[in-house]
Amino acid sequence: MKSLLLLSALLLVIGVLMQPLGAREILIFENPEQEMRYQSLVRELRCTVCQNESLFDSNAPLAIDLRNQIYGMVKEGAEREQVVDYMVSRYGEFVLYRPRMSPLTYALWFGPIILLIIALGALFWVLRSRSRDKTAQTHNAATLTPEEQQRLDRLLAGKD
Amino acid sequence: MLPEIGLLALILALILALLQGVLPLLGAARGDQALMAVGRSAAWGQFVFLFIAYLILTHAFLTHDFSVAYVASHSNLALPLKYQLSAVWGGHEGSLLLWALMLGFWSVMVSIFSRSLPADVLARVLGVMGLVAVGFIGFMVFTSSPFERLIPAPLDGRDLNPMLQDPGLIFHPPTLYMGYVGFVVPFAFAIAALLGGRLDAAWARWSRPWTAVAWAFLTLGIGLGSWWAYYELGWGGWWFWDPVENASLMPWLTGTALLHSLAVTEKRGTFKNWTVMLAILTFSLTLLGAFLVRSGVLTSVHAFAVDPSRGSYLLGYMAVVVGISLSLFAWRGPKVGLGGSFGMFSRETGLLLNNVILVVACAAVLLGTIYPLVLDALGLGKISVGPPYFESVFLPLMLPLMLLLGFGPTVRWKQDDPLQVLRRLRLILAFSLVVGMLWPLAVGSWSLLAAMGTFLGLWIMATIVHDVFVRLRQTPPVPEHDEAKSPRVRRLGLGYVGMQLAHFGMALMVVGITFVIGYDQERDVHLRIGETITVAGYDFRLEGISRVQGPNYVADRGEVTVFDGERQLPTLYPEKRYYPSQEMPMTQASLNRGIFRDLYVSLGEPLPDGSWIARVYYKPYMNWVWLGCLLMTFGGLIAAADRRYRLKTAQASVAHPDPAVLANAKPSGTG
Repeated sequence: MKSLLLLSALLLVIGVLMQPLGAREILIFENPEQEMRYQSLVRELRCTVCQNESLFDSNAPLAIDLRNQIYGMVKEGAEREQVVDYMVSRYGEFVLYRPRMSPLTYALWFGPIILLIIALGALFWVLRSRSRDKTAQTHNAATLTPEEQQRLDRLLAGKD
Repeated sequence: MLPEIGLLALILALILALLQGVLPLLGAARGDQALMAVGRSAAWGQFVFLFIAYLILTHAFLTHDFSVAYVASHSNLALPLKYQLSAVWGGHEGSLLLWALMLGFWSVMVSIFSRSLPADVLARVLGVMGLVAVGFIGFMVFTSSPFERLIPAPLDGRDLNPMLQDPGLIFHPPTLYMGYVGFVVPFAFAIAALLGGRLDAAWARWSRPWTAVAWAFLTLGIGLGSWWAYYELGWGGWWFWDPVENASLMPWLTGTALLHSLAVTEKRGTFKNWTVMLAILTFSLTLLGAFLVRSGVLTSVHAFAVDPSRGSYLLGYMAVVVGISLSLFAWRGPKVGLGGSFGMFSRETGLLLNNVILVVACAAVLLGTIYPLVLDALGLGKISVGPPYFESVFLPLMLPLMLLLGFGPTVRWKQDDPLQVLRRLRLILAFSLVVGMLWPLAVGSWSLLAAMGTFLGLWIMATIVHDVFVRLRQTPPVPEHDEAKSPRVRRLGLGYVGMQLAHFGMALMVVGITFVIGYDQERDVHLRIGETITVAGYDFRLEGISRVQGPNYVADRGEVTVFDGERQLPTLYPEKRYYPSQEMPMTQASLNRGIFRDLYVSLGEPLPDGSWIARVYYKPYMNWVWLGCLLMTFGGLIAAADRRYRLKTAQASVAHPDPAVLANAKPSGTG
């Protein structure tokens, strides 16, 4: 990932140096961390006027404005949390595709893992009772009465 | 006049569905042959009338009959012929007609291919399918008739949404619906078995091929949808965890679990209750999907127009279906025996674990999809649950499942020794670990996630190849009734070949997803004519932009030459289209597809200084995902064609015992 970022940074530099021959990047960042922060933010924030699209996906005017705004904030050195807080203060929790952990979202975040534990527990319980049945059966099968043993021998011999 | 006849045909189909739903069930309860026989003719009649309605709606599209409201809002005088034909299912009412038509089609197929079923079983199956059809045709007749008139008729239609004017619309909905609706068949078999009190290996054998075909269609339908969205939406995404996509993923997950659980029920006579439960669950989830998409409770790119009466109808229907099925299950289910016993480490345990993971994954997707709706309904605020959530709960569940998929099929039924399995597969494990760790280096920089993905993909592929070789060596020579020249693979049985093909497809998909997520590159640029942008070592040069006149749009078409170093690749022509009828711009991306990467250019807006906004993508291994879907589809279809399903139902096995049937029949008798 890091060398990939270095490569893209290098490409960026080349792009800048080669003006106006090369294409202009729309966004130029101070460092790769900033670019990564920006890229993950625009993908995790929702375009509030669209059907169900992130800021990154959407071409709505509002999404473009917000992308520019986030770009500006990130470039001025804003941390991820600052941008998120700013967006939530303006548009509410609805804007976050990754809901924040709160009493309201505990069930959402912990539900799957709790369910998995319950399901695995049930599975283990079923398996244990099943295999106990089985050991009981093989135990019975192993202790034949002499008559049964004789009959079994006869049957086996007859089959050959 | 014709549209009124169409509505009449729908009403007649509804009546026939009602007859199909009531009389055969009554007949089966009383042992009345004549009543039971009604099922087949009613199913045929229902299908014929639905087909007439479908033809009439198509005719209305072809003749531009804008006095039909549905046609007026989904067509236009300038709409090309192929989209007039597929616009029939381009909206809510018409797609519902397609849905009902396919349900009728499945009923007819069951009546053809299951002729040899005991009369009462067939009667019950067709009866349940009839009752399900009543719900859907009734939904159409009472709330969503496609033949509603619009008086006075407008001079021209509002046109089909430009996003839908694509070959994707021709193939995606029919395949997807075939899959959705197909899961009615295993549901009907399960309910029929509960009603008749005969929940045995034969029941599982009957419903297996139907489940496999439905599953194959659903897989293909989801794959086609993803493939379509990938190039149509113009931002290179192919899965968005959108609620509507989740609505199709959930029945796929439980349907996959059902497919595996049926295997155990057929071969070992166990998990019967659980299998019935999964059949009910899968069908209920397709209903839930229909509710989510068609009721307007959620906002999504794919959602249909909003109408509250539709939502309450579907919710009521779903409540009735789920309520009756579960009560029936509670009443009849516990009477079913336990079946054969098995040890802690056995094929059965592996398949149970598969089921647990798939069902938990489905529950997680369901939770994320409806959580915002529930919070909103309770007045607790509006939140969004998107890709970051689903990825962080789905991924950790899929990793162990893929690990299991590698060795699961090599574990013996009843009891196996973990150490022996490990000994059998240790070389493969070592091989896939080493190569899996190195492979990502060929694509980009190393990361743990990519290495894990490639390891798991290789692990599955290598165990499949190993297992196929071992079995080919072990399988006894060609039985006399099998033509001597039949290929060795035939001896494995189509069921086995289909399974391994589908598993191999899954492995390809794992590798594809891993690489495309880990190493795709994307650039947002302003391009002037003659400028070059380099992405992942490829040079893209915008040669020019020209105005192109399409059948019902005008487009600015870019000409982008692509160079891989010195070598020139095919030129790309991304378009920005304007559809005057809907005043809507559309991006048409242009792709150069390859086995190891896709190059993808989409054109944005022009800027005042004469340059254009463009997005350029490099998508490594993208096609492995689609290829994986295709292999899974073929796998499902091939498995369904296994001769033992046909032999067993045709009862031809009496004259010529098929060794495969005998081998499979043996263990199912235990317990």
